[in-house]
Amino acid sequence: MEFLSFSLALPEIMMAVGSMVLLMIGVYSKGDGLRTVSTLSVVLLFATAIAVVATHGGAPKTNFSGMVIVDGFGGFTKVLILIAAALAVIVSVDFLRRENLNRFEYPILIVLGTLGMLMMVSSNDLIALYLGIELQSLSLYVLAAISRDSARATEAGLKYFVLGALSSGMLLYGCSLIYGYTGATGFPEIAAAVGGAEDVSIGLLFGLVFLTAGLAFKVSAVPFHMWTPDVYEGAPTSVTAFFAVAPKIAAMALFVRAMFDQFPDIVGQWQQIVIFLSIASMGFGAFFALVQTNIKRLMAYSSIGHVGFALVGLAAGTEQGVESILIYLTIYLIMNVGAFALILSMRRGEGTTEDIADLAGLSRTRPGMAAALAVFMFSLAGIPPLAGFFGKFYVFVAAIDAGLIALSVIGVLTSVVGAYYYLRIVKLMYFDEASGDADVDPSRGVVIVASGSAIATVGFVVFANPIIRAAEQAASSLFL
Amino acid sequence: MSSWPLLSVITFLPAFGALFAFLARGEMADENIKRLALLVTGLTFFLSLLLWFGFDYDTANFQFVEEYAWLGGNINYRMGIDGISLLFIILTTFLMPFCILASWDAIQHRVRDYVIAFLLLETLMLGVFSALDLVLFYLFFEGGLIPMFLIIGVWGGVRRNYAAYKFFLYTLLGSVLMLLAMIAMYLEAGTTSIPYMLQNSVFGADVQMWLWLAFFASFAVKMPMWPVHTWLPDAHVEAPTAGSVILAGVLLKMGGYGFLRFSIPMFPVASDYFTPLVLGLSAVAVIYTSLVALMQEDMKKLIAYSSVAHMGFVTIGLFVFNQQGIEGGIFQMLSHGIVSGALFLCVGVVYDRLHTRDIDRYGGLVNRMPGYALVFMVFTMASVGLPGTSGFVGEFLVLVGVFQVSTLIAVLAATGLILGAAYMLWLYRRVIFGELTKDDLKEMMDLSRREKIIFAPLIAVVMWMGIYPSSFLDVMHTSVENLIVQYDTALAAHELLASAPVTDGQTPDVEGAP
Repeated sequence: MEFLSFSLALPEIMMAVGSMVLLMIGVYSKGDGLRTVSTLSVVLLFATAIAVVATHGGAPKTNFSGMVIVDGFGGFTKVLILIAAALAVIVSVDFLRRENLNRFEYPILIVLGTLGMLMMVSSNDLIALYLGIELQSLSLYVLAAISRDSARATEAGLKYFVLGALSSGMLLYGCSLIYGYTGATGFPEIAAAVGGAEDVSIGLLFGLVFLTAGLAFKVSAVPFHMWTPDVYEGAPTSVTAFFAVAPKIAAMALFVRAMFDQFPDIVGQWQQIVIFLSIASMGFGAFFALVQTNIKRLMAYSSIGHVGFALVGLAAGTEQGVESILIYLTIYLIMNVGAFALILSMRRGEGTTEDIADLAGLSRTRPGMAAALAVFMFSLAGIPPLAGFFGKFYVFVAAIDAGLIALSVIGVLTSVVGAYYYLRIVKLMYFDEASGDADVDPSRGVVIVASGSAIATVGFVVFANPIIRAAEQAASSLFL
Repeated sequence: MSSWPLLSVITFLPAFGALFAFLARGEMADENIKRLALLVTGLTFFLSLLLWFGFDYDTANFQFVEEYAWLGGNINYRMGIDGISLLFIILTTFLMPFCILASWDAIQHRVRDYVIAFLLLETLMLGVFSALDLVLFYLFFEGGLIPMFLIIGVWGGVRRNYAAYKFFLYTLLGSVLMLLAMIAMYLEAGTTSIPYMLQNSVFGADVQMWLWLAFFASFAVKMPMWPVHTWLPDAHVEAPTAGSVILAGVLLKMGGYGFLRFSIPMFPVASDYFTPLVLGLSAVAVIYTSLVALMQEDMKKLIAYSSVAHMGFVTIGLFVFNQQGIEGGIFQMLSHGIVSGALFLCVGVVYDRLHTRDIDRYGGLVNRMPGYALVFMVFTMASVGLPGTSGFVGEFLVLVGVFQVSTLIAVLAATGLILGAAYMLWLYRRVIFGELTKDDLKEMMDLSRREKIIFAPLIAVVMWMGIYPSSFLDVMHTSVENLIVQYDTALAAHELLASAPVTDGQTPDVEGAP
């Protein structure tokens, strides 16, 4: 165990120092601060990803007196988070300019939020966990409300803040109960104190329930999902594009780590909670999305559904389950970044539009964009041979291996319901005639990101093996 | 055989064609894309004939086998064919060029997308019949939904939205349960290799029941069997002509192929247990849908219902588990693939001229279109099962097979034949014969050269299959024999296992079939 190693913390240090430097550059630069800072922050995010790959190999090591852990699981998810954040910045720049949100703070807030996420996924202690969550959340609250003059965005930011604070409170309450009944805040110490399944005290279970509720809020699992559609809809679309991916991956990874590192011996106790969250999320996500007319709300319910599927892997409570979650999150990242890149390019006349009906006839006017969006929709619905299928496949492999047959059957049935609303978007683009002056007008960054992820979504079937192997290795590091 | 991966080349050649179609530019792009599609599908057909020529009739093992590492965890890219799948591959590659030809003038808008969808669909269909890995099979099986959804939805008729959704969701609902069953099989066997599962009876009797039901959910919808057949008439009516041809000709065969590849050999105990269910549903399908077909006013809908009835025949043949029945079932599928495809093309001919499929709008066509009347008659007779046409062989073999098992089912199935003759001949009389009274019909032109080119080979094949069926039956003979032997052995072993504890009070050490 390292007491203090700066080299192991290199990615986080790079991000922290880098964000301050970017702030200075933003403040003192003349002219186009947003573009300069955005470009530099993309460079910073990718450089950090390289640093993560360099530092996170080998056996798990703890750092800062055991407060954080540096392992393959953290490395894998950190790379995903950094890529998601970088792509979100790339697709945002032109959108922000068009929306008169020309503020250089935007990429800096994303960098700070990402730093919080990196801390979350490598936390090995309840205090480190809370620290990471708060750094992340506070950055996200501000981002949600960055469009200060828009009532909708302000409302979204306020809602997010109030409900987020509530969930943080629950989480903290859970942490304090766990501390109270185990006498420790470090994950390994808690795991040792909890011991076998026979004598779990009621107070500890209370703590576990509150901790789970707080984490369920962060991943927006039903019944703690209420904020998601409102915040997704109210926030500027580029912010939504960021919210939908990176924080989800971070929170999901934290969820996995908090469960497996603290309570590896009482899987049965938290498994039932996760099964409930999973079924509820898949079901609500699918059925509520059916009636949406706003594409951002639709994607919000879609993401709730996808969290449900990822939770199926957690409910399995096995190493294979963790592996399947990592595969799922990777594919989720690929599909969603691409889909949101196109969604934030939707235009009607001079302004942006979020109405699904405005996609009608897109295959005529923008065949390439329509094809890419159709690929994402089929993939989100989990139709083979696209990437989304493999995410679901591995999750259900883990679930059936763990004997969760009923959960799997419910899962695949909701995926059929979900297919309906994804098909609706394909139908609008391909079967219907164009109406009015609606259009999708992608910037160059959007075109690159969208076509890149479309190719990855289609090509995953060929190049899946390295990703699956990497996920397998990362998952195994959690069980050493 | 050949060292180069012939099977993969055949499977993915259409997909490469689609890629070229995607890249085609210029003023003549539409024309060139159609020519390209014809070339690619034709080439695929000739390559698939190489499979036939190189095929060894004397072994039931898989041939042209290819295996490459893919997803790890014993999920590999495995391809190969046996006597059962070879003919389905030939059927697919044979029908495709006609689909392209039939769409030559009928499809005027978005030609590029249309061709891409069809070529991708061909790759996926060929993949279904040659995949030897569960996951790979599922990819192809399910992936076909995407192009077919678009074909119905973009180039379909008035109610195309409804039909496209219904087709997609119905099939998806059936298939997801199969996916779970496949995952369970993977975990039980530790591999997704189909040959492995065929050679080793991996699954216990209780597990088999659930797995069989899950697969049945998928194949029964795909087949389609009564009462989950309702998506088919809608999809057929709304799909463009070539879409109907592929739907009836190939996609429906995937259900029957699935029964032969998975349900019967892998879950023999469950298949035996559920035989009454399948036979009962099939008998209902044969009679009920024939009666429904009698009442149809829409030509395509009538043929769609007749497809359901014919598929009922197929499932009866497959589930009597004797040589005649299964061979008859397969032969019936091949025959129906060509005959119903041709019938849809026949409907397409008059639809292109008058833009209606309403039977009452026609009548007396023989006066203006003698050539068409002849062609239509050949396929009507083949559908009815006149000796000398392909339809007769399949129906006869199925009846011989089922008669050995159940006289009642044989009688019911034979009743279906009579009803089949009734609705097809009635359709023919109403469309072709009678007075030519309607003015717009008097302007109709007989078959064009392109249409003659389409129908001539189809007629030739229908007659060939009817007059000398051995050239097709010999291909499948060894594989079907092997299937039945394995099935009987597995059942015998199971019965031994079930009865042994009663006789000597000990658990016997018989572990499934050899």
